[in-house]
Amino acid sequence: MSSHYEAPIREPLVIGDKSYHDITEDIARPIEGKANKTWYIAFFIALTAFMWGLGCIFYTVGTGIGVWGLNKNIGWAWDITNFVWWVGIGHAGTLISAVLLLFRQKWRMAINRSSEAMTIFAVFQAGLFPVIHMGRPWNGYWVLPIPNQFGPLWVNFNSPLLWDVFAISTYLTVSVVFWWTGLLPDFAMIRDRAKKPFQKQIYSLLSFGWSGRAKDWQRFEEVSLVLAGLATPLVLSVHTIVSMDFATSVNPGWHSTIFPPYFVAGAIFSGFAMVQTLLIIMRKVTGLENYITRLHVDYMNRVIILTGGIVTVAYATEFFMAWYTGSPYENFTYLSVGAATGPYWWAFYALIFCNFVAPLALWFKKIRTDFIYTFIISIIINIGMWFERFDIIVMILSKGHLPSTWSQFEPTFVDIGIFIGTIGFFFVLFLLYARTFPVIAQAEVKTILKSSGENYKKLRDGNHE
Amino acid sequence: MASNKKYWKSVEELNENSSVVAGLSNNEFVSEIPTDEFLGDKETLESSSTSRRDFLKYVGFTTAAASLAACEGPVRKSIPYVVKPDDIIPGVADYYATTMYDGMDAAHLLVKTREGRPIKIEPNKLMNGSTNARVQASVLSMYDSGRLSGPKKNGKSISWSDAQSEIQGKLVELSEAGEQIVVLSGSMASPSTNAIIADFAKKYKTVSHVNYDSISDSGALDAFEEVYGERALPSYDLSNAEVIVSIGADFLGAFQGAELEKSYAAAKSLKDGKPVRHIQVESNMSLTGANADKRIVVKPSDQVYALVNLYNAITGKSVSSKSTKADQELMKAANQLKNAGSKAVVFTGLKSKEAQLVAMEINAVLGSEIVDHNNTNTLKSGNDSAMDQLVADLNAGKVGAVITVGTNPLYTYAGAASLAKGMKKAKLSVAFAMNEDETASAATYALATPHYLESWGDVQMTKSSYGLVQPTIKPLFDTKQVQDVLLAWTGSSESYHDYLKSFWKSNVLDGTSWNKTLHDGGFESKIKNSNSKSVDASAAAKSLSSSVKSGKMELQLYVSTALGDGQQAANPWLQELPDPITRASWDNYLTMSPADANALGFTNPVQDNGAINGNYATLKVGGVSVSKVPVFIQPGQAKGSVGLAVGYGRTTGLKSEMQVGVNAYPLAQGGSWMQTVTITKEAGTHKFACEQLQHTLAGRDEILKEATLADFNNPKLDPKHSWNALPMFSYDHSEVEGEEVDLWDEHDRSIGHHFNLSIDLNSCTGCGACVVACHAENNVPVVGKHEVRVGRDMHWLRIDRYYSSEVESQKEAKELGMSQGEMYHALERVSENPDVAFQPVMCQHCNHAPCETVCPVAATSHGRQGQNQMAYNRCVGTRYCANNCPYRVRRFNWFNYAQNDEFDFNMNDDYGRMVLNPDVVVRSRGVMEKCSMCIQMTQATILQAKKEGRKVKDEEFQTACSNACSTGAMVFGDINDPESEVSLLKEDKRAYHLLAAIGTKPNVVYQVKVRNTEEG
Repeated sequence: MSSHYEAPIREPLVIGDKSYHDITEDIARPIEGKANKTWYIAFFIALTAFMWGLGCIFYTVGTGIGVWGLNKNIGWAWDITNFVWWVGIGHAGTLISAVLLLFRQKWRMAINRSSEAMTIFAVFQAGLFPVIHMGRPWNGYWVLPIPNQFGPLWVNFNSPLLWDVFAISTYLTVSVVFWWTGLLPDFAMIRDRAKKPFQKQIYSLLSFGWSGRAKDWQRFEEVSLVLAGLATPLVLSVHTIVSMDFATSVNPGWHSTIFPPYFVAGAIFSGFAMVQTLLIIMRKVTGLENYITRLHVDYMNRVIILTGGIVTVAYATEFFMAWYTGSPYENFTYLSVGAATGPYWWAFYALIFCNFVAPLALWFKKIRTDFIYTFIISIIINIGMWFERFDIIVMILSKGHLPSTWSQFEPTFVDIGIFIGTIGFFFVLFLLYARTFPVIAQAEVKTILKSSGENYKKLRDGNHE
Repeated sequence: MASNKKYWKSVEELNENSSVVAGLSNNEFVSEIPTDEFLGDKETLESSSTSRRDFLKYVGFTTAAASLAACEGPVRKSIPYVVKPDDIIPGVADYYATTMYDGMDAAHLLVKTREGRPIKIEPNKLMNGSTNARVQASVLSMYDSGRLSGPKKNGKSISWSDAQSEIQGKLVELSEAGEQIVVLSGSMASPSTNAIIADFAKKYKTVSHVNYDSISDSGALDAFEEVYGERALPSYDLSNAEVIVSIGADFLGAFQGAELEKSYAAAKSLKDGKPVRHIQVESNMSLTGANADKRIVVKPSDQVYALVNLYNAITGKSVSSKSTKADQELMKAANQLKNAGSKAVVFTGLKSKEAQLVAMEINAVLGSEIVDHNNTNTLKSGNDSAMDQLVADLNAGKVGAVITVGTNPLYTYAGAASLAKGMKKAKLSVAFAMNEDETASAATYALATPHYLESWGDVQMTKSSYGLVQPTIKPLFDTKQVQDVLLAWTGSSESYHDYLKSFWKSNVLDGTSWNKTLHDGGFESKIKNSNSKSVDASAAAKSLSSSVKSGKMELQLYVSTALGDGQQAANPWLQELPDPITRASWDNYLTMSPADANALGFTNPVQDNGAINGNYATLKVGGVSVSKVPVFIQPGQAKGSVGLAVGYGRTTGLKSEMQVGVNAYPLAQGGSWMQTVTITKEAGTHKFACEQLQHTLAGRDEILKEATLADFNNPKLDPKHSWNALPMFSYDHSEVEGEEVDLWDEHDRSIGHHFNLSIDLNSCTGCGACVVACHAENNVPVVGKHEVRVGRDMHWLRIDRYYSSEVESQKEAKELGMSQGEMYHALERVSENPDVAFQPVMCQHCNHAPCETVCPVAATSHGRQGQNQMAYNRCVGTRYCANNCPYRVRRFNWFNYAQNDEFDFNMNDDYGRMVLNPDVVVRSRGVMEKCSMCIQMTQATILQAKKEGRKVKDEEFQTACSNACSTGAMVFGDINDPESEVSLLKEDKRAYHLLAAIGTKPNVVYQVKVRNTEEG
């Protein structure tokens, strides 16, 4: 792929005077070096949050779902909100590594490793919620279509929750395999550089005996392509199916045919926002500013503008439909006048501001290419997308068909604790990853160094002069 | 058959006196065990060895064995009958007819017992019995572990024989000294007990018997006595009524001991297109007012003027009175009353004798046939003046002994403090009581009495109607019936059972067999004579209107649907039964009109979790003040008036969970339930447990359809396109009825049974009997005040109550020029004097159930008989089904509610658990539950018929709710039986499905409510 011609007006993807060896050094540095104080502080905070969340989970499982703020009319709230939020975040990784691979977007190479790590860690968090939100999680395996001794008992293939089980487990499996495949040459690189026998042993295990032969590379490319082909439909299917949890129901506001594309767009929107949040910090902390550049941030922001636009159109459509049906049952869906003036008006406006108003700033190039602004907006989007799911779930359940069943929801410390716990768990995993895994697909970056590296571009440009 | 063969061991056994045989039979081992042989030989012992390996082997094995043995699950012993009682077949229910009367409710009952335990109360339909929520719940009051478990003296246990002889000794002493002995009881409707008390009085000479009612109808009794010379109350039969005007009478709640739901529902019947017109003039929003066709709101003092004004209008007299807001409507009502003549009736809830006389004259002038002065209601006999006299006598030290029988005046009597003082002056105080309540704990002797389900007895309901009380279980505690004790004190050795039997044979039965009467549960005798007397109440009316005390703020006490007079305050089912009007449970509160609340600064803010908070008020009536009364803002409450329910605020002898509310009885100064009151706001926040947050239909009118009588009777209107409009969809380019549009091919449901439940919104009064019956039948857990507050009540069946909204429809709002947001809020706000409608909602058993498709583990699925079934042990608890249920009838077990100390109600109590229905599993935490359409009942009915080789009769199919429904609003049955009542109702022009537009095709069908708005 390195022979690919690149137009001179394209900005370089790798800046600084980088040689192949520099790349190796830069990427191996966080793994081979010692962690600094900041890392330890961050890790400790994340671990504390994780432990707190774990405690809340044990408390829930030991006592009953009653320790959450749910009630007879609002059967889901933070649990499924968090689930959908984390699944949504888990969308960017595969999109970047699979879809952009198929579209031959070279800029993905600097970010695909970490965004896919983020995906996998996010899906871990997401997968936790469907299990712990069950009243009897110890029987959770009953949702799997496994041969059993309960007689002719089988799962209900009509249920979107069952589709979720399949969709998410498939997504997780394919994502992990894809991620690991990409990691093989990089692990091998670390293995070859490792000096301590223990590390050498570990990394040789992890690299599955990669030898760097031409055949290895050929297979690597083929498998990557095949997996990209497999993963691409998953990008669309997972959140489509998650959206069907709602869309196939009979609740006004959930029962909406627009949900699948709207959810997919929303997922990519939130996923990219999370990638921005993580990478803007990571590039600084691991000293990889030359690989994850302003250009990457700009490109990702463009994806955010596009998907954010789709989401906004979906909001407008939902709002219009709620009014246009003329049905009194639609008066209080999460995007309606009733929602804007009801008890959850703040959640409604949080959604509008975070997902519609704030991302509009990205239309300005100055903001779009600025790390600080991008970071702030990405945080806002993360919050906004959480509110989107909260609104869809809680606001709609709180105003069911029969007015006598209208109610409200207030989270308990356990609800909040578990959510914080998953954020902690996510960062525990990510911080460990950042210290032990090559966070940039160095083998791939090396393939574009000559076409998109700044120094080579300069050399080339110099030749033209 | 076990073999009876006996094998001889030796000839020696033939010899009966053989010492050898005797010795052998005592010694297991014939010869000594040779321990010495293997322990005494030192050498062998020393030479034997256990290697380290062996030792470890043994230790390992024994440890493993011990730990395996320890792993065994707890053993629950179920002990079979060694000698099975003839009349008990395990698994088969026995029914006993009995009668309940507790001074509050009277009912002919059928008690369902399982393995000797009464578990459910059903109406005895043979005796035309009907039950309300309190009667339904009374079975649980028996299993109250807080009951008096035996006789006590000064709070310490004492044996019955000691207590009886000590008291008898004192009684003899006192009667010889000529000191008064007073038996103070509630209304004693038991003829045999009255006879025993008379015998007791004869023996001890100085005995007097005072009847005292917590909810007194003394005024009505006095009025009736004045006219007819008989201390009784008129009976009413509303079935043929055409116009009912009630001035403050909550005749569907507590009114002169009458149970009128059944005949009220009959009067409302639409069969002839002429339902009753019911006009209610009242201050509080009562259950009766909520059911009225026209509700006029006036202050309590204006109720008096309204009554006099109506009196003037009907009789043509002109007793001076004041005009009220209700007058205009009342004059229209008066015309309607006059036109209806004998088919009209006027009730008044004003308790004074004068008011009752006025109402009697109005009914007499109308010639009302609704009122029956011959077959009088004999349930109530309380006499307020006798009670007041007793208290005065007690304080004057004139009374030597006071014996209270099943009454708790220290809680219910307005002057309880002075009564308590007086009781201390008596030389002997004895309380026959079931609970260690205020009175029992103040008396020297507290004698434990059995619950009515453990007792013999009788009740005379009307002059002609008697009920027998028979025990359905051996007394749970060391209790004795008061009748037995009195008989003993009288010197009789007869048991009360024998006494009762001979008493009935000689006084009641008139030759009918005792056994048959006991089986039937009662006896109807014939009555002769007809007494019609003329009534002149003009003097009464004059004194009535001149003695009105009106104030800026007036208090009207009322009887709550759940707790009644408060004697069942320890009953968790009743505590958790939401009030039909406010839908709040576990509380009483001051109901206040929104206008007054606004003026006085009271609010009911909604919390983030949807719960309602309130402020406290202090009430001051005369010299009595009650503090910390929470204020509940009640639409339809008369401005300038407040309401407060009695029956709450009991503290003595109650678990702390049950000590809720405030005691309102002390406010009934001078026996009057209407008082002028001053209200001051207090600091603090009260937490209500209210089950309904939104009180109007918010423009979703097709949920609870209502028609006016004119529309209903208009033959030109096609119901399907007017007042019972069905949702129409465009399908294949034509308009079709919503329910015809279908994603799926229909199953063939014509084979076997297919159950449907019809709920008539027109006859449902919202009384809540079905809710409690459902709790009892289906082991529905009680979750307590906090859980109800946060919206986690477990009622499988709830009765939604809707008020009419400020604007009636979106259309009207648009005409008023409201913006969208304004419109939504106007639709959510309750109108000033709202119309009320009730809608019982349980699982609708949809043929296309949204819950069934979404459960990932197929724990909920459809039965062949139409039920939507729930397999609890398959449920993993995702709650998806509940979220997708448009009716929100699914209930989740947030915690373990049984055997969990956090929920100390009947399911965490060895006694309380005895009420559990063994046919229905107790659900564990983490599973979803909901109405099963009482599948255990229908299956039992089907099996019974199958065993007997016959078809099931229509009326045999029942659910707990339909069986408990005394108005006949709920009809259950098989729609595959074309003759069944429910199959006709399903096709009725009033029938509709709830939320039909969703296409769930429910098996519960509602009947449109028809309001008689005709004023001419």
